[in-house]
Amino acid sequence: MMKYFIALFLGLLVGAAIFVIGLIYNPFHSDSGLSPLSVTDSEVIALSFSGVPSEAIVFTNDGDSRGKPFPEKVQQLWEAPIRLSSVTATVMHDARGRTAGLGIKFSSRSERTRLMKGEAMIDSAWYIYLPGRGSLFIEQSENHWAFLRDVIIPAYRSSVDSWKGVWLGDLTAGPGALRTAAVTGGAGSLRGLKMEAVESLSARAYSVGHGAVAAEGHLLIELPPNTKGPEGASSSE
Amino acid sequence: MVGGSGQKQALPAGMRWPADQELKNIRAELFKIRNARDTVVGIASRMVARDSSGEIIDWVLHLPARGSMFVNMRPEALQGGFRRGELQAGSREFAPLSGFVSERWVPNTSGDADAPAGRIELVTTYVRKQETP
Repeated sequence: MMKYFIALFLGLLVGAAIFVIGLIYNPFHSDSGLSPLSVTDSEVIALSFSGVPSEAIVFTNDGDSRGKPFPEKVQQLWEAPIRLSSVTATVMHDARGRTAGLGIKFSSRSERTRLMKGEAMIDSAWYIYLPGRGSLFIEQSENHWAFLRDVIIPAYRSSVDSWKGVWLGDLTAGPGALRTAAVTGGAGSLRGLKMEAVESLSARAYSVGHGAVAAEGHLLIELPPNTKGPEGASSSE
Repeated sequence: MVGGSGQKQALPAGMRWPADQELKNIRAELFKIRNARDTVVGIASRMVARDSSGEIIDWVLHLPARGSMFVNMRPEALQGGFRRGELQAGSREFAPLSGFVSERWVPNTSGDADAPAGRIELVTTYVRKQETP
């Protein structure tokens, strides 16, 4: 009798291992490829920001998720409706690395996550203020599956609970048909403009305990035709 | 969180507001949003900035699993201490809506020693935009 239980247990174990390996290395999950905005002819606003929570002005979440709240005494989002959310306030830099403005990002884990389909979804909204230009509101769905598969899972598998390397990928997965975010200009010369954007992340180090250790985020915002981009923040390449 | 240049006391403690000259006329605040039953339902930011085009007061309200709203307030206060604004954009269930938002400072009169000085009351009025065929 005992040998049947051992066989059943080993069968379940092997089955679970095959399922997890199949989930992670599913050949039918394709990466999104090149962003449509990276080859646009239109004027763009290129912004970058630190992807490390402790380099933000403020970062907060429920206190138990990836990335520790910063500074330590910031209020945490522990209430049930906002427990799966995070907020970051950070300095935005232009293409030349100069301060371009301030960005606030709200992120919430999405109920539309389907790991079997390679979709680890996050709903997010950016508010960005660019002095002298105006304000922007960006709403998007992000798919973090590729980051999870290539960075976070290897960090958990590592004996030192960390990952080092070079990872670069687009996070934006909608709501635009071409996997772009929807952007609305709120004030200043951007007021009333409807635009598209793509957020990407380049990561070089990740720790299971601290989240991203060396990472930089990028936002590429495509301006409508015949709109002048801000000096230094834009390019038309 | 309350951040701005020249602020005497950082909130939260330990926060370092950037010293960049470009950000000197900006004040950013982050809040938890409570509904009429005093239950936390979301998070919000309020940004006040002043530049050559005038004063800007913008709200972003983020309600997880429901969506986000972007509201542009008129800087001048109306009689009764109200300020009115317009819903500029929204996501998910707020995407097809247009409407107005008013904000008002409501001082705390409970007399509790550890109660906050007051709260900001936001009242939203919106309608569904007519879909074009």
